[in-house]
Amino acid sequence: MADPMKIRAQMKGDTAEIRVLMSHAMETGQRKDNAGATVPAHFIQAITVDVGGKRVIQGQTSTSVSRNPVFGFKVKGAKVGDKVVIHWEDNKGDKRTDEAVIAA
Amino acid sequence: MKQRLSTLMVAAVMTASFAAHAQQPAKKAPPPAKAAAPAKKEGITAEFEKFREVLEEDNPAELFEAKGEDIWKNKKGPGGATMAQCDLGLGAGVVKGAYVQMPRWFADVGQVMDAERRIVHCMVKYLGYKEEDIRKQPFSNDQRTPDHVSVITYVAAQSRNLKIAAPQKHAKEIEAYRIGKEIFAYRAGPYDFSCATCHGDDGKRIRTQDLPNLRKPAEAVKAYQGWPGYRMTGGFMLTQQWRMNDCFRQQRFPEPTYLSDSITALLAYMTVTANGQVYKGPGIKR
Ligand code: HEC
Repeated sequence: MADPMKIRAQMKGDTAEIRVLMSHAMETGQRKDNAGATVPAHFIQAITVDVGGKRVIQGQTSTSVSRNPVFGFKVKGAKVGDKVVIHWEDNKGDKRTDEAVIAA
Repeated sequence: MKQRLSTLMVAAVMTASFAAHAQQPAKKAPPPAKAAAPAKKEGITAEFEKFREVLEEDNPAELFEAKGEDIWKNKKGPGGATMAQCDLGLGAGVVKGAYVQMPRWFADVGQVMDAERRIVHCMVKYLGYKEEDIRKQPFSNDQRTPDHVSVITYVAAQSRNLKIAAPQKHAKEIEAYRIGKEIFAYRAGPYDFSCATCHGDDGKRIRTQDLPNLRKPAEAVKAYQGWPGYRMTGGFMLTQQWRMNDCFRQQRFPEPTYLSDSITALLAYMTVTANGQVYKGPGIKR
């Protein structure tokens, strides 16, 4: 099972700054292990971010993203106390959803 | 708004991918250092430094910190023992400030132990981990981060912003420092290197990497700062003991057995030299 994300969400003026750290191998499918066998591709391919019940991001990612990636978003019009729900799914069907609340 | 957000996201993806993990830590050591001319901070070093600072704000080390915290607080060993029974030198279960006060003498085992060694000791004693399993893979690789590495990251984080204060009271603590100092200066091997060959003078570097003068208090903190560290090349957490082993390899010495007395002694020497300076917590390394 996937490990939890770390989400930070804070208002800066009228904009919420949201940062998320995801725990994922993000294998490109280009690497070989010590025995010379190709390490199969394994990567997050879909991310959604909901703020205050509204979808603000629906994105696709692929193998050019690093292991344990960090994403940052700025959302205008959000407010303190809004719930942030972040969800990802990878190419093997593994998925994870975590939540945070926007801080002042 | 959607447009703006997606642009930002692309920017985020690009930053993240610059730290891509396609490369493994090099198996071969870099060529030995020539007595380098006192290096002025080269452009590239300064650029890497900036890059590292940006990433420090969202250090993936936090993911391992969280995992380690979960193990420390929730994992149960045989008979229901937990890490709450583990004494890191400040009393059973006390984590805050413990990391910066090791290596230290532990009367229960009659040994001086560094943080990593003590934590492994407790995980074996209370949580039922097998020492031989831990020794099979003591360090993280791209396949797996051993649990003890996450616990070390958690414990280290609980000393963030505290002063390094490795004790020098017990005779064995003083002895460990002295032995460590000796090992640091001990020259041998095919190149007749010691630690001091690379880390005993100011302004040395190998390729783009500055080599701290670990004999000087102001720089000895670098033996400590940033460890355990998240290594962007490869994308995994590495501990101080890993750093030690890798330097023995660079020195063309045999790599010490995991959790050996010589490493504890070296860490005692370098930590005591750095005493009084502030530890900033688990770091990020390129
Ligand atoms: C052949 C040169 C060489 C020798 C000999 C050597 N090291 Fe290193 N050391 C390095 C390099 C290169 C680095 C990596 C610096 C970097 O990544 O910026 C390093 C890094 C370190 C660090 C971490 C510094 C930091 O900024 O995080 C410590 C601590 C250290 N060495 C200790 C030792 C000890 C103890 C010995 C003796 C057992 C030793 N080194 C022997 C080359 C050497």
